Amino acid sequence: MAAPPRRSLLVLFAGLLVFASLATRATAIYEDQVGLADWHQKYIGKVKQAVYHSQKSGRRRVVVLTEENVISSLDLRSGDIFWRHVIDKNDPLDQLSLSHGKYVLTLSSGGTILRAWNLPDGQMIWETNLRTSAASNPQLHVMSNNKVAKDNLVLVSAGRWIYAVSSIDGAISWEKEFSIDGLEIKRILQSPENDVVYALGLAGSSKLALYHLSAKTGEILKDIQESLPGGLCGETVLGCDNVLVALDKARSSLLLIELKGERISYNKVLVSDLVQDLSGSFKLQSLSNGVISLQTSSSISLLKLKGTDGLEVIQRFDQPAAVSDSLTITEKGEAFAVVQHLGSEIEFIVKFTSDLSSEIIREKVNIDQNRGNVEKVFLNSYIRTDKSHGFRALVVMEDHSLLLIQQGEVVWSREDGLASIVDVTTSELPVEKDGVSVADVEHNLFEWLKGHMLKLKGTLMLANADEVAAIQALRLKSSEKNKMTRDHNGFRKLLVVLTKAGKVMALHTGDGRVIWSNLLPSLRASRFGGTPSALRIYQWQVPHNIVMRENPSVLVVGKSGAESSTPGVFSILDSYSGEELNSMKLDHSVVQIIPLTLKDSSEQRVHLIVDSNSNAHLYPKSPDALNVFLHEMSNLYFYSVDIQANVIKGYSLQKSCGLNLGDEYCFSTKELWSIIFPSDSERIAISETRKMNEVVHTQAKIIGDHDVMYKYLSKNLVFVATLSPKAAGDIGSALPEEASLVAYLIDAVTGRILHRVTHHGAQGPVHAVLSENWVVYHYFNLRAHRFEMAVIEIYDQSRADNKDVMKLVLGKHNLSAPITSYARPEVAVKSQSFFFTHSVKAMAVTQTAKGITSKQLLIGTIGDQVLALDKRYLDPRRSVNPTQQEKEEGIIPLTDSLPIIPQSFVTHSHQVEALRGIVSIPSKLESTTLVFTYGVDLFYTQLAPSRTYDSLTDEFSYALLLITIAVLVGAIIVTWIWSEKKELRDKWR
Amino acid sequence: MAPPRRALLVLAALLFLSLSLAAAAAFRSDELLLNDDDEFEGVGARPSAPSPAAAPAVSSSRRRSADAPLPGAGESNAVQFTLEHDLGGGKGFVPAGTFSARLKTLAHVTQTLTKLRFTRNDLTEDDKVAFKKLLQEDGFYTIRLPSNVLDTTKKHNVVSSIKARCIPRDSLDEHIVIHMDGVNILAVNYGSVGGCQYPRPMKLPSKWTFSSYTILKTAEQAPRTPSFADLLIEADNGLGEVMKPPEKSFWAKYWMYIIPLGLIVMNAVTAAANIPEEAAGQGQPGAQRAPAAGRRR
Repeated sequence: MAAPPRRSLLVLFAGLLVFASLATRATAIYEDQVGLADWHQKYIGKVKQAVYHSQKSGRRRVVVLTEENVISSLDLRSGDIFWRHVIDKNDPLDQLSLSHGKYVLTLSSGGTILRAWNLPDGQMIWETNLRTSAASNPQLHVMSNNKVAKDNLVLVSAGRWIYAVSSIDGAISWEKEFSIDGLEIKRILQSPENDVVYALGLAGSSKLALYHLSAKTGEILKDIQESLPGGLCGETVLGCDNVLVALDKARSSLLLIELKGERISYNKVLVSDLVQDLSGSFKLQSLSNGVISLQTSSSISLLKLKGTDGLEVIQRFDQPAAVSDSLTITEKGEAFAVVQHLGSEIEFIVKFTSDLSSEIIREKVNIDQNRGNVEKVFLNSYIRTDKSHGFRALVVMEDHSLLLIQQGEVVWSREDGLASIVDVTTSELPVEKDGVSVADVEHNLFEWLKGHMLKLKGTLMLANADEVAAIQALRLKSSEKNKMTRDHNGFRKLLVVLTKAGKVMALHTGDGRVIWSNLLPSLRASRFGGTPSALRIYQWQVPHNIVMRENPSVLVVGKSGAESSTPGVFSILDSYSGEELNSMKLDHSVVQIIPLTLKDSSEQRVHLIVDSNSNAHLYPKSPDALNVFLHEMSNLYFYSVDIQANVIKGYSLQKSCGLNLGDEYCFSTKELWSIIFPSDSERIAISETRKMNEVVHTQAKIIGDHDVMYKYLSKNLVFVATLSPKAAGDIGSALPEEASLVAYLIDAVTGRILHRVTHHGAQGPVHAVLSENWVVYHYFNLRAHRFEMAVIEIYDQSRADNKDVMKLVLGKHNLSAPITSYARPEVAVKSQSFFFTHSVKAMAVTQTAKGITSKQLLIGTIGDQVLALDKRYLDPRRSVNPTQQEKEEGIIPLTDSLPIIPQSFVTHSHQVEALRGIVSIPSKLESTTLVFTYGVDLFYTQLAPSRTYDSLTDEFSYALLLITIAVLVGAIIVTWIWSEKKELRDKWR
Repeated sequence: MAPPRRALLVLAALLFLSLSLAAAAAFRSDELLLNDDDEFEGVGARPSAPSPAAAPAVSSSRRRSADAPLPGAGESNAVQFTLEHDLGGGKGFVPAGTFSARLKTLAHVTQTLTKLRFTRNDLTEDDKVAFKKLLQEDGFYTIRLPSNVLDTTKKHNVVSSIKARCIPRDSLDEHIVIHMDGVNILAVNYGSVGGCQYPRPMKLPSKWTFSSYTILKTAEQAPRTPSFADLLIEADNGLGEVMKPPEKSFWAKYWMYIIPLGLIVMNAVTAAANIPEEAAGQGQPGAQRAPAAGRRR
């Protein structure tokens, strides 16, 4: 009886072996896991121009150009993106137009690059480089119904150049440079017969020039120049066919300039006759048929030209309001739209330019208050079912969102403010209340069983294609990850993002939906003041034990103007609801914001704000916070990096600031140290510090031969990289001999330079990440013609003699002695550099709750993807032939370049267009970190750098486990009965 | 042929020697300096002029003494710059010592400092009082140096501070690290010689003199990134040779699998052998089984 059990044991063992060999080391996810823990959202940014497809083409689409330098085709019915191109930031898009009904034309880089894109699928058809001096305001004019040739010509004007380009293949058919210095072509017009092109230019501020050009050859047929007394400010608009309306330099009167015949004659109209409020800026907009709109900071006036004699005010709308361009409706003439605010609603009015007194449409549309004011309107018409003309409009709001309004309703909206995220922080969700039970979710037992059966089938690979899809849908639908409560693993969080428009939004990590949003009133552009800008967002209050009942809150810091000396703005928001709890305008500027690790009794984080006079202000302004702060003040230091002056300075804080002695929350600073880089040989390129919330698990590193190396773990470590002035430009602009990069490791308390190393022939841009005791930086090596990544690890030698166990036992070690920065550190530095294939847009490192999990570098590549590169590859101790001990330790043999494993792209198939930042947020589960990547797109995923060693994966089939257990128990019972029976039989024998 | 050549060599050597001697008479030899390049010249606080007068007087006296053995030619080579300190109390920076060094031109372009000497001025009674106050307050003792050694007129200074209580031991011990880039001083790191314990106890020095240690530091060169392109090509060429020697025999490689497998097979065979026996015992002889059973018997 002894043999059979052994046999089964052997079989089991063999089975285990097979199973173990199947479990691969791959960290990548499988195809069917895409979208389970990650989400990707596509945005386009704030729309600045939009053109609709012509009525004839069946598809309802709109092509838009945005401030994030995106050109995109949107579905008018749903707002979905058909296609999209994100153009590089240094090739800014200026103009957008349609040609032939099948090409999208874009003019970029100040009128030097003209591109044509295929309308249906967005493929580029042709690109033409034009030799012009890059102008600030290039014009693009597509000639219509040209009888000269079948080909429609596209006229591009930039500065004093005019180009005529064939819209079929982009060939330049003629070009013309005008001889007047400083001429800027403002308008290109077409004669009704299409054989003459009028170019209207402005030279300097007062000289007006009108050219008649042959449309075929570009030859100058006529040339009229006229000097205008008083000058023009550049704001010109064509009132009707031959009358130009221009604002004069003093911004006090409008000039009506008649272009008829040989001469230019003009007439003056005082603006004060038309509108009362003269402050702020003026904007003129032509609505054709002699109707123009004049926008001031308080109102929009519709003006009608009375020949050249004068202007007449037809109607006035109070700001905030917006006027669309005119839209040609075939038989009835031209229509335009006005959108104005009426309380919580907006009013959408459509009028014909021929009859300004009547309105075709006046609709009221309810709009979310958090969208702010209307900024732009793009009108479109359609044929209703009853064959009449209907109107709809795209509306761009103050928070950069895009809405389509039709029949008095918002048909769809896009939160395109999320394309311009400034800063990100996170917030925990509320704890689950007792009332909510899991049973609500698993409402139907049958459904639940069916789901598990499906999953089981999937695991056993019995499912067919339909069932696989069903499983996928089930997984996606599983509400577990989208709940609005805190989960055990800390995967569910709120990502609180601050956008450029001053809107704060909370995104759920489960599926990326917007939980709340708040357009901060303090960051909205006021009518008279400057344009406020949002700076940073911080966690303000994270309740733990004392004030458990309160909601967490976030702090938003902004500036009320463009200059650095403008006063700051402060706003505190509730993290669960987005409600603004407190908002204040600071009486000082904001140069540097220092969140401290201190908290006051209500668990509000203490922040120091340094103003432009180097005074530090303490927030929150409560006596309690002040007490906590004063207690620690003598041990607080901060530093500032002044890239302009090429100086790094360290400061300590002193009681009472010089300005007003009464303010006890204001502290003056004393300069303690300074590092001055010689400007002729070094310019500061980047400075990096460790993340404040970083946790390091172990101080020591045990190397292969059981020796110990102590990490130099100072929170005050700053990495600074400087480049020689020539090396800061584009690659290729400097010779290897002229370019160099110097890397510094600086202690920010004493200003001590711990390490300094020069890389000759290295060129920017530099990206760096500092974590634990190492820094990794990325640059271009001009000699090797490749990108490089270098690593510096810094170890503390002063504690190196703590290896003796006896000393440790007897307490003679200095591990627990307080460390002061004033002691001279003995550090040892190990460094190595490696070649790297990609250029880099952003770099970050994974953060986990306890810092035990090994680290991965998150590298935003030029292809807008995120690569997770194991830190082990960037180990300075890698050698060509590692010893056996080193191999056991896990040291990878040295290779000259870092491997790029396709499976280690965190973003798998997605691209995070125009990637700007990568944030890693620790979850409660040590193995897992949450990664949020933002650019024009958003991408979120969970990452386990050392795989999930501390939990069962989502894929784990509990049903299979239960079934296995049941089967085993059954088998035991059956065999038991058998053996009983056999025994009985044997006994009876 | 040999003797004349040797004579020529001797002559050349003599000539060289005399030339170098002549050079040594005119300049101080550079070669000696190479040894203590980047090294400190540990000088205890040397009371300079007996009268603790204003800084200009001190600096000029130092200059004269430094220049004395090298008349004429050495003028452009010697550099001096002053260390200023701030003892708090709102008095601002006052000269506290003088660095003198020699400027060495490398490859006609880059200039470096060598042979750095540092002389501290004596502390006056006022200074001592101020320093004591600083110690009591646990304040900062701050020093500064000009950011450019040659052009001291530009008002850029690199600053460094330390808690005053870190400095006193028997005397006032200071450790100055000057980070140089050519003739620019990037930064100065001022510290105590030993550690500085925390919390800092109040302690007065027994001697009111500074003992200074000074180090000049320049940037290290990063090593070149290793490139294995050549190695790889070599390895590719010699791939066949490299790979063949460690060929093991089949048995040597797979014995650990073969033995268990063999055991299992043997087990199975014995088990299979037992079944027909039982079957025969049950009295159900199959058509095929019968011969086998027969063979076994």
